[in-house]
Amino acid sequence: MSNSHSPHLHHHFHSLEQQRQASSLGMWVFIAQEIMFFGGLFCGYVVYRNMYPEAFAVASHQLSIGWGGFNTVVLIFSSLTVALAVRSAQLGKKNQIIGWLVATILLGVIFLGVKCIEYSAKWEHHLVPGIHFNYEPHYTDDALHESTGSEHGTDHHPAPAVYPGHVQIFFAFYFAMTGMHALHMIIGIGLMIWIIWLATKDRFAPEYYAPVELFGLYWHFVDVIWIFLFPLLYLIGRHVT
Amino acid sequence: MNDQIDHHISPIRTYIIVFMALMVFTGITVWVAFQDLGYLNTFVAVTIAVIKATIVAWYFMHLKSSAKITRVVALAGVIWLIVMFALTMSDYAARSWIPFPDPW
Amino acid sequence: MTEQKHYINAETTVKSWLLTVDHKRIAILYLLSVVGFFILGGTAAILFRLDLMTPQGDLLAHETYNKMFTMHGVMMVFFFLVPVVPAVLGNFLVPIMIGARDVAFPRLNLASWYIFITGGLFALAALVLGGVDTGWTFYTPYSSTYANSNVILTGLGVFVAGFASILTGVNFIVTIHKMRAPGMTWFRLPLFIWAQYATSIIMVLGTPVIAITLLLLVLERAFHIGIFDPALGGDPVLFQHLFWFYSHPAVYIMILPGFGIISELIACFSRKNVFGYSFVAFSSLAIAIIGFFVWGHHMFITSQSIYAGLIFSILSFIIAVPTAVKIFNWTATLYKGSVEFRTPMIYALGFIGLFLVGGLTGLFLSSMGLDVHLHDTYFVVAHFHYVMVGGMVMAFLGGLHFWWPKMFGRTYNQGCAVFTAIVIFIGFNLTFFPQFIVGYLGMPRRYHVYPEEFQIFHILSTGGASVLGFGYLLMFCYLPYSLIKGKKATANPWPATGLEWEQTTSPPPTLNFIHDPVVTEEAYAYAKKNEEFYRQAIPAESKDV
Ligand SMILES: [Cu+2]
Repeated sequence: MSNSHSPHLHHHFHSLEQQRQASSLGMWVFIAQEIMFFGGLFCGYVVYRNMYPEAFAVASHQLSIGWGGFNTVVLIFSSLTVALAVRSAQLGKKNQIIGWLVATILLGVIFLGVKCIEYSAKWEHHLVPGIHFNYEPHYTDDALHESTGSEHGTDHHPAPAVYPGHVQIFFAFYFAMTGMHALHMIIGIGLMIWIIWLATKDRFAPEYYAPVELFGLYWHFVDVIWIFLFPLLYLIGRHVT
Repeated sequence: MNDQIDHHISPIRTYIIVFMALMVFTGITVWVAFQDLGYLNTFVAVTIAVIKATIVAWYFMHLKSSAKITRVVALAGVIWLIVMFALTMSDYAARSWIPFPDPW
Repeated sequence: MTEQKHYINAETTVKSWLLTVDHKRIAILYLLSVVGFFILGGTAAILFRLDLMTPQGDLLAHETYNKMFTMHGVMMVFFFLVPVVPAVLGNFLVPIMIGARDVAFPRLNLASWYIFITGGLFALAALVLGGVDTGWTFYTPYSSTYANSNVILTGLGVFVAGFASILTGVNFIVTIHKMRAPGMTWFRLPLFIWAQYATSIIMVLGTPVIAITLLLLVLERAFHIGIFDPALGGDPVLFQHLFWFYSHPAVYIMILPGFGIISELIACFSRKNVFGYSFVAFSSLAIAIIGFFVWGHHMFITSQSIYAGLIFSILSFIIAVPTAVKIFNWTATLYKGSVEFRTPMIYALGFIGLFLVGGLTGLFLSSMGLDVHLHDTYFVVAHFHYVMVGGMVMAFLGGLHFWWPKMFGRTYNQGCAVFTAIVIFIGFNLTFFPQFIVGYLGMPRRYHVYPEEFQIFHILSTGGASVLGFGYLLMFCYLPYSLIKGKKATANPWPATGLEWEQTTSPPPTLNFIHDPVVTEEAYAYAKKNEEFYRQAIPAESKDV
């Protein structure tokens, strides 16, 4: 209990070590909660993917692997920058913390920008669930994907006959899952701005950097969610042409 | 309260290697999606995602040097997820099975 | 004599209460709010119970009746039963019982109360704007397609309130892991703590699923995206899967903390160590875990596969085992104890009897064949009210009466309290026992108009409800009265074991203890306690009589 007079120690803890362990365990318990939160969506996705595999494959072809893959790279890169921000905090290097977090914010904004482009393309193609929804199998918004693009203008369409309602269910999950994921990123960016502000006020030291560390865990978790979303939403049935 | 946390700081090199590994797996998962493996496509895609997620959790999220209880909590989240999937799918998978024969 | 400083009089402004991070004050805030919701839900119950006196339902219009039972369910389940013990007694006691100065995250604790109130306001807004008529289960496709759009507000209310529950759970898990006093090993923890820990597991791993499910329901209701709409290819039963994935374990959120209270009460008023401490402790964990495997027993009468139904049925039987372990161990604790019939003990004994009936009828319902007949009848209603009211509310009232002197530093009138406990017990049985019979005879739940031969049961039930309501009213008189006129409580009036009794004052100071405690003995060391007690009570020379 040598550090019991540290300015970083809250009144109800006995030592900085206890406080550190508590905050890190708390974040992990929260992440377990997050797993189940997204888990509900994934569970619904799995049920319908098994129920309507063809419709899901057809609907998945409407998504752009180019943008999805690009965003995957961006997000993994942002995981790296956050990891380095935490490392800087462990070493007590204030300017590096701020630098890496600013980089992370930039990457997060790029990700969200791409998401906006994708969403607006879906809106234009009437693929947003709701009354506006109107599934037309010919549309693709992706030059990468020639196989259905080449079928333009012919009555014979390669995709098996799918009921538009089932395609709509795919997009309902697409928007619910990526939307919830994007919401987490927006919250994360807000948290980063707050942490940068704390860092400029010299609130962190090698023996106390809990906000940075906990935020790191959060951001990595958001990355993990995307690691699952990308193959499950963008890459279904790409091998059938 | 003897869960001593290792205050070990990973070298930058570790993070770079982890990042490269994640990139490689991302490439593989895109490439493999265009290969026709039949039913295995989904299985492979999910397996790669699980590997990537494990790498992130183990190195970036420091599960590697975490206390036992932290790992238990992370594992609990995953196990509960599996329970939810397994029992829900036990219904959907068995719905089309033949009903019980009429005993009379 | 100057007033001793404690958490209530440490600061007196309204602001000091609304911005407090003291777990004890937050517990009081929660107590006031859940009592408010209880009164709302109870009023709804009184109205539809009166309405059910006649087979034609003369008091309420059909829609109003539907809205009343929905409001009763939503208020009582999500805004009373789920938070009542964890957020009130748990919040107050968990840190004190383990010898900590506060919960691990005091500000999150306060945030959880505000989130809870926000959720409650959403639900109230829905009520003011015309009410919901889906029942508290919000089953699709009725809720997502046909019901009025207040479903959206109510759904959001429950969604928001869920996060209050999650934050409480996170807080307790971390507090119990990391904040225990020196010497407070896992197997010295009071069983109340084990129960809270098990409950927190369910809160953390179950609640997010209902949150996301209700969010999907709100989306479906608002935009008709087809997830739960069979006309668009969706599966309404998926909603039930996701809903019950939380809502069955939620039954254990509602009852496990009650188990914890009962263990404390039985031990104290039998003056004995709890029989088979570790079995009782681990049965809480077992219930929390197995509780997640059984949800399909709510769905036997749906398109759920019979094979899945079989699995869920078997698993539902299995969960009776840890529950029975508890009941057996409590009765074994009573055996040869010097039982004192103080108010909390009367609630505890009432709990054992009522919960036993509720639990055993649960086995009837988990048998698939029988459930075909009993599903959605008053038998189910009676079953879960025996568990929820006969179990949880009795346990909560027992706990409230037990820790009341600790929480407020005053004692209530014992005579009044014992009388009220008996009135409540009688009123409860009179309300719900006839419902087992009428349900078995085929009266479906949630029906406003019914055949005349069922009327006698409904009259009995309404009569019982009046007695029950009268009991609650009495309590609303003598408990507040005790705050003003009650005798000052000593630090350990019962006397009981545990840090909250032995190491701190009534009411406790802001940081719980004057000196941080060190634990040197097992929980429930009543043998030692009794010895001390007699040494004081009996003069030294007559000691070996
Ligand atoms: Cu159940």
